[in-house]
Amino acid sequence: MSRTAFRALVVLLYGFLLSPLLITIVISFSADPFLSFPPSDWGFRWYLEVAGNATFGAAARSSLLIALVVTAIALGTGVPAAYAIVRGSFPGRDALLALLTAPLLLPAIVLGLAVLLVFVRVGLVATYQGMILAHLVVTLPYVVRITAVALSTLKPDAEEAALTLGATPWKTFRHVTLPLMLPGIIGAAALCFLVSFDEVVLSLFLTGPRLSTLPVEIYRYVEFRTDPQIAALSVVLILITVALVVLIERSVGVMRALGK
Amino acid sequence: MKGPGYALSALLMAPSLLVLAVAFLLPVATLARMSLNTTMPGGAIVETITLVNYSEFLADEFYWEITGTTLLLAVIVTISALLVAYPIALFLFRWESPWRGPLAVLTISPLLVSGVVRTYGWIVLLGDQGPVNALVLWLGLSATPLKLSNNFLGAVIGLTEILTPYMALALIAGFGRLDRAAEEAAETLGATPWRTFIHVTLPLSLPGILLGSLLCFVLAVSSFVTPRLLGGGRVFTLATEIYEAAMLTLNWPLAATISMLMLVLFGITLVAYGRLMRAVAQ
Repeated sequence: MSRTAFRALVVLLYGFLLSPLLITIVISFSADPFLSFPPSDWGFRWYLEVAGNATFGAAARSSLLIALVVTAIALGTGVPAAYAIVRGSFPGRDALLALLTAPLLLPAIVLGLAVLLVFVRVGLVATYQGMILAHLVVTLPYVVRITAVALSTLKPDAEEAALTLGATPWKTFRHVTLPLMLPGIIGAAALCFLVSFDEVVLSLFLTGPRLSTLPVEIYRYVEFRTDPQIAALSVVLILITVALVVLIERSVGVMRALGK
Repeated sequence: MKGPGYALSALLMAPSLLVLAVAFLLPVATLARMSLNTTMPGGAIVETITLVNYSEFLADEFYWEITGTTLLLAVIVTISALLVAYPIALFLFRWESPWRGPLAVLTISPLLVSGVVRTYGWIVLLGDQGPVNALVLWLGLSATPLKLSNNFLGAVIGLTEILTPYMALALIAGFGRLDRAAEEAAETLGATPWRTFIHVTLPLSLPGILLGSLLCFVLAVSSFVTPRLLGGGRVFTLATEIYEAAMLTLNWPLAATISMLMLVLFGITLVAYGRLMRAVAQ
């Protein structure tokens, strides 16, 4: 295959890969009352519609609250665990690391049902506590893995120096280890937030009239209707994601943050 | 360096292990137990220990059919994702440009956008009034809009695009361990580009292909949102059936049984992957 043909193929494949995002952006500026292509008129009509949609508004607030709390708890429990696994000397550390990342091997559709079966008995379905607990299971593995990798690539020299110079273990952790781990922690936090905020299959099992999340509401909407409103909402979500990614890229670099 | 002692380590591990015990281990055990229960004709769950769900599943033609659909979908999607991602990864491997890094990030960036949103994009693209059909009609390739969504084809197209970044990630990582010099040496020694690809590049990238295929296959087997929305309720897979039984017909023992069988399928896939990897390494 000639060089030009190969490049043309690659451009075509990128087109395929990015087409759903591009069409979403285009169609979000449609002013038609229904889906048509090309739109007969353009405007911000559907953005205004999204802004005034109370269901999406309430679900977005729930999703935001859940994602923030999940991120905070996942960091608060996952970072200490990663620290103990990497710096500790107790037996079975590899097994514990494997156990902590195991939930990622389970399909969300299976985990969702499994969690539902337990939560329904203790009244945790359609509650913030239940939703947060379920999201923790799928975000903790990322935190533990990413911070464990970040920690194990840190040479203990600086920490040893601090200890030798008379710093207490806590002071050493607080002023030496933690700042050095910060890029990994920021990356883990951003990923946690996105995973929780975008989680749909797990959440489908745990939502109810009392509590729903934004991805679940989008899913329910798309199941029965496809008008440009979801496109406008999607563009807003894409912009938030891009902003978050730019923020991570500025502070740590995306590939490093993903632990690759 | 002296790390945290046993007592402190236990204290540091306790919160995360507690979360895991309550929201992962206990639920999985409950799921396994639920698959051994049965239901009364009215739908009430009977606490018992029996394999009747499993034998009913294996005896019912419908379940063999959805298992077949699930596997067919996963195989087609995995191969398609490989065909899309491989040229991209190869291009990134060979391209010497400062834009290589940003382009690699762009390749996997769709992962950061919710699968529901990207599925919606495909519903728009593939619909009767969508741009793909507009082009087909304009070019005169067909007199009527093609049925591209609300069927198996729609699920295949959408899922391929949604899983391609995972394949690309595995391939890019695999290529990252290769040396450009191997290809250059073959070319210097007079091999045609095609021969170089078949005898040098492809064999060296095989571990990446296998890892990417494993990821895609497993994710396709368990995918729910895309087959459900782009299949228009006409594509029945193990995942859609789990949801149906769990949330709509409320037959939890059946839903649990299908879940356990999906995990068995995952186990078989992992074993097959391990064997293939060993064969490739030799």
